[in-house]
Amino acid sequence: DEPVPAEGRHTAVPGRALHEGTQQMEDCLAKKMEITVSEAEKRTGRNAMNMQETYTAYLIETRAVESQNEGQCSPVDSLWRRYSEFELLRNYLLVTYPHIVVPPLPEKRADFVWHKLSADNMDPDFVERRRIGLENFLLRVASHPVLCQDKIFYSFLTQEGGWKEMVNETGFQLKADSRLKALNATFRVKNPDKRFTELKHYSDELQSVISHLLRVRARVADRLYGVYKVHGNYGRVFSEWSAIEKEMGDGLQSAGHHMDVYAASIDDILEEEEHYADQLKEYLFYAEALRAVCRKHELMQYDLEMAAQDLTSKKQQCEELATGTMRTFSLKGMTSKLFGQETPEQREAKIKILEEQIQEGEEQLKSKNLEGRDFVKSAWADIERFKEQKNRDLKEALISYAVMQISMCKKGIQVWTNAKECFSKM
Amino acid sequence: MEAEGRVPGPPPLPPAGGGIGAELPAIPPGAARAPLLGAPAEVLELDDEEDDLEVFSKDTSLAEANSFSPSMTISPSSMINQYKFEDEPELRDLFITVDDPESHITAIETFITYRVITKTSRGEFDSCEYEVRRRYQDFLWLKSKLEEAHPTLIIPPLPEKFIMKGMVERFSDEFIETRRKALHKFLNRIADHPTLTFNEDFKIFLTAQAWELSSHKKQGPGLLSRMGQTVRAVASSVRGGVKNRPEMFTEMNDYMETFSQKINVLDKIAHRIYKEEREYFNEMKEYGPIHTLWSASEEDIADSLKGVASCIDKCCKATEKRMAGLSENLLPILHEYVLYSEILMGVLKRRDHIQSELDSKIDALANKKADKDLFSEEIGKLEDKVECANNALKADWDRWKQNMQCDMRSAFTNMADNNLHYYEECLATWESFLASQTVDCHGEEDSEDRP
Repeated sequence: DEPVPAEGRHTAVPGRALHEGTQQMEDCLAKKMEITVSEAEKRTGRNAMNMQETYTAYLIETRAVESQNEGQCSPVDSLWRRYSEFELLRNYLLVTYPHIVVPPLPEKRADFVWHKLSADNMDPDFVERRRIGLENFLLRVASHPVLCQDKIFYSFLTQEGGWKEMVNETGFQLKADSRLKALNATFRVKNPDKRFTELKHYSDELQSVISHLLRVRARVADRLYGVYKVHGNYGRVFSEWSAIEKEMGDGLQSAGHHMDVYAASIDDILEEEEHYADQLKEYLFYAEALRAVCRKHELMQYDLEMAAQDLTSKKQQCEELATGTMRTFSLKGMTSKLFGQETPEQREAKIKILEEQIQEGEEQLKSKNLEGRDFVKSAWADIERFKEQKNRDLKEALISYAVMQISMCKKGIQVWTNAKECFSKM
Repeated sequence: MEAEGRVPGPPPLPPAGGGIGAELPAIPPGAARAPLLGAPAEVLELDDEEDDLEVFSKDTSLAEANSFSPSMTISPSSMINQYKFEDEPELRDLFITVDDPESHITAIETFITYRVITKTSRGEFDSCEYEVRRRYQDFLWLKSKLEEAHPTLIIPPLPEKFIMKGMVERFSDEFIETRRKALHKFLNRIADHPTLTFNEDFKIFLTAQAWELSSHKKQGPGLLSRMGQTVRAVASSVRGGVKNRPEMFTEMNDYMETFSQKINVLDKIAHRIYKEEREYFNEMKEYGPIHTLWSASEEDIADSLKGVASCIDKCCKATEKRMAGLSENLLPILHEYVLYSEILMGVLKRRDHIQSELDSKIDALANKKADKDLFSEEIGKLEDKVECANNALKADWDRWKQNMQCDMRSAFTNMADNNLHYYEECLATWESFLASQTVDCHGEEDSEDRP
């Protein structure tokens, strides 16, 4: 199959990703390297179970940004990657940088489609939109102050062979499994950072409202398509009718032509709108990434609280053993009462063990506390960065939506002005 | 509505001059002005000045006669030509409105009556203003009387008895209003018709009190005899009364077949568009508020979101207006012409039937040599009848085509206008939103502080 042609198509807006205003950005990869996902190609191969499968491969092209002094163009490096490799990269980033709101990938399967749009992964329009989404993903990572420095990411862009092995060697899979389990577990945290609790609510609301919006938008698109396309019937019938009319014939015929133009115009209009929908979808998926960070905080906080609780109870046990009093009920205490006290030596041994554990525990608690505070600090910094990016991007998306509507209205005015003129000459 | 073939009854106006039959348009005394031809005009209030312009005299001796100015030629076609291109609204002398539907409940039935108000300056009317109440049945009666009297004239369509498609209930407000408008149009089209406007039954319909109308209705051929006429007409058309059909009428037939097809499809298309627009409107109603809901969880972009919500809501209202425009203008006109196409097919059939009477008599004469003289006289009469029928139809056909062209032009131009206004309104909304956003953007870029 032929690769998607390069002309006249959308590209992710690199300027958008580079638009971060802070000093850190000077060092980010996106400034040093041009990254594009320039082509998509259908491939067939054998999968892990040795069955034949068809998939799409995407061509990633990279080029060092030319310095002002050199007049030459640096060479373009390129390699092919498929969607599953992008997924692998992202999972690696999620596990390795839990305090970062990791940019999302474009959807795996077409969702929120209105009926004329194909839900088929092999559909050329879907593939094209996915190509743009993947490019956008790479640019977002490349312009992130932390993520862009990752070596696995750099190799993803530059090293075709052996990359998968390199990722697996990091051993991130083990962490990935426990992370997944943790994300799904339910537990109650006593003193979470309020900001994270609010943020989690926000991400839930964002996810819910954007899904709803996308669903209704798809239905609106469907209906709009219907209105435009039915007008195409006028074209056909006017033409047939004009054949029996002497005076009205010309007016009818030419009006019919405009009706055809009107009916055809909706295709481009709705294709543009799909790109807008994709922009919203990105933030729908970003909401998940936000929630993941909040969950990580909750996990750490829970861990901390459990550790503190454990330490407290051990200290208590120690105290009870030392003073011989039993402030709280314990099974051990009961059994020892029933079956006889321990010997002083046994008690000493126990106290010693406990004291060791307590010391370990206190050190662990200290480091966990530090970890927790570090996490909160760096996570919150990234969240602030994310918030600004989100506000910028969404405002721009809404503006572009307005621009699309304006263009649609102007086209409508043109067509109906022409049609009106033809009708008035009937 | 099924067009019923009729044997023409006694002519409504006494013939004047030599041998001119019942189909001539009656000419008001003075003959200087003609009733309005052309597109059905809106009902206009009579201006006071119009009284001065009136050439009518209240001389009743002239009222009944088809009087001509002696200098005019007495051929049917020249009479007809005289009216074709006089198209001035100020010449109307009969203004009719149909309004105020009222429900009547009796022990037997429930029915609706409509108020029919007539304002006129014509001499043959005793008064210049009338107000009567009529029900649908009365309109049906009027239509059948007109068809009876003028079998080859194009009688305007009546709204249907029931509406099969669509979920409109019999007495819903929407149904009644649609019917009222159609009845109003029906009477006005008759008033504008050069011949029909002077029909006696029409006058009685407009002026008689309820009891007067009922007693008048009881005269004339009853329902059963009318049904018999229908059967005969249909049967005769099946027997093939198209033997000596003039080329012109074959052309008309062919034209009507295609026209009928096309107008039916157009009617369907227009309804379908209306339906799609309504569905679009319903979805848009939900679309806007989601943005408002979203704005509640945002700070920086809350205003932009609310702005989009407001634009969508405005476009939603604009869609509603566009739909209303369709249902007020294009849909009723297309529907009227769907009915017209059936009427015209019926008129053509009736003409054929009249011709076939002549043809069969001629055949009979060719076979039977006896009663030659009697046959000749009968044939002579039938020949006249056919000639009148043909001329009447030809004139009315030309008039109908002109009206149709005018109606279609205005209906479709109006539809285009509706769409134009819709897009212009939406454009203004979004442009003003965009302007507000870019102003904000520049504001942010200038300011040093970040929220």
